[in-house]
Amino acid sequence: MKWIINALKGFWTILRRPSKAAVGIVLFMGFAGGLMFWGAFNTGMEATNTEEFCSGCHAPIVAEIRDTIHYANRSGVRAICSDCHVPHAWTDKIIRKVQASKELFAFFITKTINTPERFKERRAHLAEREWARMKKNDSLECRNCHNFEFMDFSEQSPRSVRQHSTALASGEKTCVDCHKGIAHRLPDMHKVEGWN
Amino acid sequence: MMKKLILITLSMTFTLISGFAVSQDRGIGGVESLRGNVELEVTRAADPLKKVPRDQLDIESSYVFQPPLIPHHIRSYEISLNANKCLSCHSWTKAKQMGATKISVTHFTNRNDEVLADVSPRRYFCLQCHVTQADAKPLVGNSFERVKSLQ
Repeated sequence: MKWIINALKGFWTILRRPSKAAVGIVLFMGFAGGLMFWGAFNTGMEATNTEEFCSGCHAPIVAEIRDTIHYANRSGVRAICSDCHVPHAWTDKIIRKVQASKELFAFFITKTINTPERFKERRAHLAEREWARMKKNDSLECRNCHNFEFMDFSEQSPRSVRQHSTALASGEKTCVDCHKGIAHRLPDMHKVEGWN
Repeated sequence: MMKKLILITLSMTFTLISGFAVSQDRGIGGVESLRGNVELEVTRAADPLKKVPRDQLDIESSYVFQPPLIPHHIRSYEISLNANKCLSCHSWTKAKQMGATKISVTHFTNRNDEVLADVSPRRYFCLQCHVTQADAKPLVGNSFERVKSLQ
């Protein structure tokens, strides 16, 4: 026990003593260390944004996107999970990632979605959470690609124009109010506004 | 005499068998059908998929009581136990607001002609009767005409 305390004390004295190395070298080491840490951190963040990572727990729901236009379309542009479910701005992204650590608890400890059957039961809850989140941020993740300012109504079908030029333009509605289940199967919609 | 008879029978059987074999080999025998000029044993290359227009004018009915055709695309419109995308515009509560055609009252009756308060389960799966239309030419020409009352 005593030797541990001594070792800690020794380490502390090293930290307290001014370095004998030149200030330049110390600065350089700090800079390099910072770079490495930052790089590793961002690589880690990127790794948790990949489809493979999401599939680890959400496999059944990740596969569902394959029928939809956000997976296969004429021009080959596609969206992956994180494009819609993780904010792109750095601070918001970190906040979402920290929230997601709670979701790890749901998967590994309380096991709410670890079988397809449990997933199905949970789908409504999961969907409602995402709808609420996107309603709150005015469908920010849709708008990262689909910018209202640049929508050409003359290229849209009359059905789309009717909605977009009125309710969406006035800000009364946001994308997710109508566009639900665009990349996934829907939960029971009988109590959801616009579907009942 | 006996020898001759056996010989004739044998030769006839031979001709029959070989003829049968040849006709099997011949496949379509040069006759072109709707399937195109492709031998029976060959899998024909599929035609390109027809495109469903995003929006078109209402398609007129060809006969009385024809389920109206869908004049717009319906990609990814979910119709399942959980949700019915069609009804989110075509139901009676939404149709006026959305500028859509209302589903007909016939959709509220069950098979015993009892009128229900909501869409009858037997009418719930829209695509059983209503389908989209691509600009596909008829495979065979025909002289079909609408009944007088619909012309």
